[in-house]
Amino acid sequence: MHIVDRRLNPGGKSLPNRQRFLRRVKDVAQRAVRESAREKDIKDLGKDGRITVPGDGVREPRFSRQPGTGHQDYILPGNKTYVEGDRIERPPGGGSGGGAGEGGDGGENGEDAFQFVLTREEFLDLFLEDLELPDLAKRRLAVVETESLRRAGYTVSGSPANLALSRTLRNSMSRRIALKRPKLEEVAAVEAEIAAAEAANDPRLPDLQLQLHGLRERSKRIPYVDPIDLRFRRFEPYPRPIAQAVMFCLMDVSGSMTEHMKDLAKRFYILLHIFLTRRYKHVEIVFIRHTDRAAEVDEETFFGSRETGGTLVSSALVEMKRVITERYSPDDWNIYAAQASDGDNVSSDGPTSTELLRAHILPACQHFAYLEVGDENGPRAGFVEHRTTLWRTYEALAKAGEPLAMRKVNHRRDIYPVFRELFGRKDARAEA
Amino acid sequence: MVASLSRTKSTAPPPGELLFSGNDWDFQTIRRIHDACEAVAGPELGLSWYPNQIEIITAEQMLDAYASIGMPLFYKHWSFGKHFAQQEASYRRGLMGLAYEIVINSDPCISYVMEENTATMQTLVIAHAAFGHNHFFKNNYLFRQWTDAEGILDYLDFAKSYIARCEERYGHQAVEQVLDAAHALMSQGVHRYPRKKRPDLASEQRREREREEHGEQIYNDLWRTLPAKAGAQKGDPALERRKALLELPQENILYFLEKVAPRLRPWQREILRIVRLVAQYFYPQRQTKVMNEGCATYCHYRIMNALSQKGQLSEAAYLEFLTSHTNVIRQPNFDDRSFGGHNPYALGFAMMQDIARIVENPTTEDRDWFPDIAGRGDPMGVLRDCWENYRDESFIAQFLSPKLMRDMRLFHVVDDPDEPEMRVQAIHDERGYRKMRRSFARQYDVAWLDPDIEVVDVDLEGDRRLILHHKALNRITLQKEDARRVLQHLADLWGYDAVLKEVDPATGAVLVEHAASARPIFF
Repeated sequence: MHIVDRRLNPGGKSLPNRQRFLRRVKDVAQRAVRESAREKDIKDLGKDGRITVPGDGVREPRFSRQPGTGHQDYILPGNKTYVEGDRIERPPGGGSGGGAGEGGDGGENGEDAFQFVLTREEFLDLFLEDLELPDLAKRRLAVVETESLRRAGYTVSGSPANLALSRTLRNSMSRRIALKRPKLEEVAAVEAEIAAAEAANDPRLPDLQLQLHGLRERSKRIPYVDPIDLRFRRFEPYPRPIAQAVMFCLMDVSGSMTEHMKDLAKRFYILLHIFLTRRYKHVEIVFIRHTDRAAEVDEETFFGSRETGGTLVSSALVEMKRVITERYSPDDWNIYAAQASDGDNVSSDGPTSTELLRAHILPACQHFAYLEVGDENGPRAGFVEHRTTLWRTYEALAKAGEPLAMRKVNHRRDIYPVFRELFGRKDARAEA
Repeated sequence: MVASLSRTKSTAPPPGELLFSGNDWDFQTIRRIHDACEAVAGPELGLSWYPNQIEIITAEQMLDAYASIGMPLFYKHWSFGKHFAQQEASYRRGLMGLAYEIVINSDPCISYVMEENTATMQTLVIAHAAFGHNHFFKNNYLFRQWTDAEGILDYLDFAKSYIARCEERYGHQAVEQVLDAAHALMSQGVHRYPRKKRPDLASEQRREREREEHGEQIYNDLWRTLPAKAGAQKGDPALERRKALLELPQENILYFLEKVAPRLRPWQREILRIVRLVAQYFYPQRQTKVMNEGCATYCHYRIMNALSQKGQLSEAAYLEFLTSHTNVIRQPNFDDRSFGGHNPYALGFAMMQDIARIVENPTTEDRDWFPDIAGRGDPMGVLRDCWENYRDESFIAQFLSPKLMRDMRLFHVVDDPDEPEMRVQAIHDERGYRKMRRSFARQYDVAWLDPDIEVVDVDLEGDRRLILHHKALNRITLQKEDARRVLQHLADLWGYDAVLKEVDPATGAVLVEHAASARPIFF
């Protein structure tokens, strides 16, 4: 008898099965995931990944008899009053006998929709699929900070520590074979013959000695390992992309920003944060709010407290620039910024902001998104869409070719589509 | 039957000493429990078993095992992932308890036991699985005939790596499609009877000679003068030949496709074969559910009682055992809300108990009904003989006693769609016993329960259409949607059209006809 403790075996034995299953339901699952993102509070995104897929795609058909049709026999336990020949009315809801469960439901509606739970990882994978960070490759290389080594074939020179032994010996062997270096056994065989000849006073002795001499000479001339055989493992340095990012959240908190607008902004920030954490090992967030003055605050103050005052966008940009110079050198950090505002700005501030962005902020950033949040009811029908001060300022910048993405959002259901639009894979978007 | 007594030195404590106290256990305890059970199972019950291997697993691993139909290693397929997700969800919501154990028909016999079980439960589980089921697997004729306990794990290992290699080579999708199709036909992938052995030349010649001699002996010129029966012409020789070549009619559809389907590639055939062999391996289990569980339950009941009598179980442990034992063999009545058909544990255990009673204390009625075993005085001998030579259907047909029918208050209801109401056909009385037992046994006849579908012909000269017949028993036809889907899979594998005719076996009339054309996905 053996006892085997399997408890410490690596779990997740059915993980490959699950992956196959998910692959099979991917399309519907993805739709369900995006659907749920619309309904759910973004904070809870992926927390309860319960999704339902129609049973059709994951059906396992078998030949089976139609339940509840034809002549059926039931043998049942627990008879109390029945005697042979009694008639029993059919129980409602199909042909199941006397409440027997085996009669089936008599329906032919096949399998129900299939419900299962996704892990947060799986949920986010589906959720963020085919999104990518803009201009990632180019920027990454431009801001390389660390270098590491990787294997890159073999070289004929190097330090002894990197000697590639098997490769070297392989060369040595082929050379020895090609040049017919005498083998040890051959030398030994001749030596043995000489010994035998000496004992027997064989006349062939001088010949043999000459032969042995020749072999030894040849062995000496053709070394076992020649410098020409040596091979060393080669390493080459390659740039390693920086794996940390910082995300700047800029928001106008002046009186004109309603709770609804803040909520929209918050949703966008959370999405961006989730997205960045999926791509970078280490993500930091900086919250900067502004009225006519800007300050770096913590998250709670950022979303929670109210302020009154005018609106001066450049103040936030100045603050951001300060934080960047102090703590987040663009050489070390991937910088992402998202600004949310209702679009109000003092008109005299336009040139200042433009200049700040062009000269300092945008060159430092990987991506700068401007999100203009609006009323829930959206632009009223019949009116020409009103362009806000800030929008016009930024639009001019964007037209001048600066890397600046801008979108307008009115309703929370638009957040995710807008997000996908901003970060959608280029080729995917081209197809669409 | 000789019990394979312990090969190692027994660590069973002497009688009167508790095996364990409290709920906790360690490997020493498990070993002691095993040896104590062995001391009962061998000398007292006369069981024989494969060497045991007891593996401790967690709840998650148990779920894993559920998803791959209980096998420790299995190939990968999305449907197992689906079942896992399903079971995990209902487990997490508390809808489903997990089994205490899973036992595998292999040599050595592997029993998975859960780490959450208390020491008493481990004792119960070891007595149940490692001795009861193990004995049944080793001795029952179906398992001996159809399964290879020694080779199954190696075969599954091969199957797993073979399918993984195919996935690498031909792509996930291609393999998945073959597996999907094969799984759909899995229950039509078993041989129900051992196939005829091809006779070798010598025996063929001998038989031919004997036949001739016999013909000469009984030769009578009179037969020649009889007029030929009108209309009894010989069958079409081409058709006969074709059917003989293709071994038609063939009810093992997977086997037929594996051997005959014209366009499958070798690796696809091999996958069909793997699925078919796995189905065949599980076929005996479906036919012996009642007996297998009855045997295991009866064994654990005897072993636990013996341990308790020897003073090796505390009273608390014994009560705990009784609680879970009575839960296991609970059989709700038909009008109970929790009724879901017959509980195989309850029926099996009741029948084993009943047989033991008949053997030891028969009544006059028992002597009438079971003259062979009544009063024979060796209950274990009789039971071992049953476990060895019967399956559910024959076991019930043979051994369900009138007393048990009365005790269970069985009655037989017929639901004929042509009549306005259901009718009580028989109850537990003198007139009903035999009729009821016959119908009851039939409900455990897998061949009767599964739709009877076979390949009858191939239109070799025409469009190579595959023709299948479903003998619609009692005119019950197949579920349309599923039949259509499975037939589609079948046609895909076959490579040409396939048609399934549902035939009323009484009249030969075709009730429904399904047809499918092959999609070009495999070729």
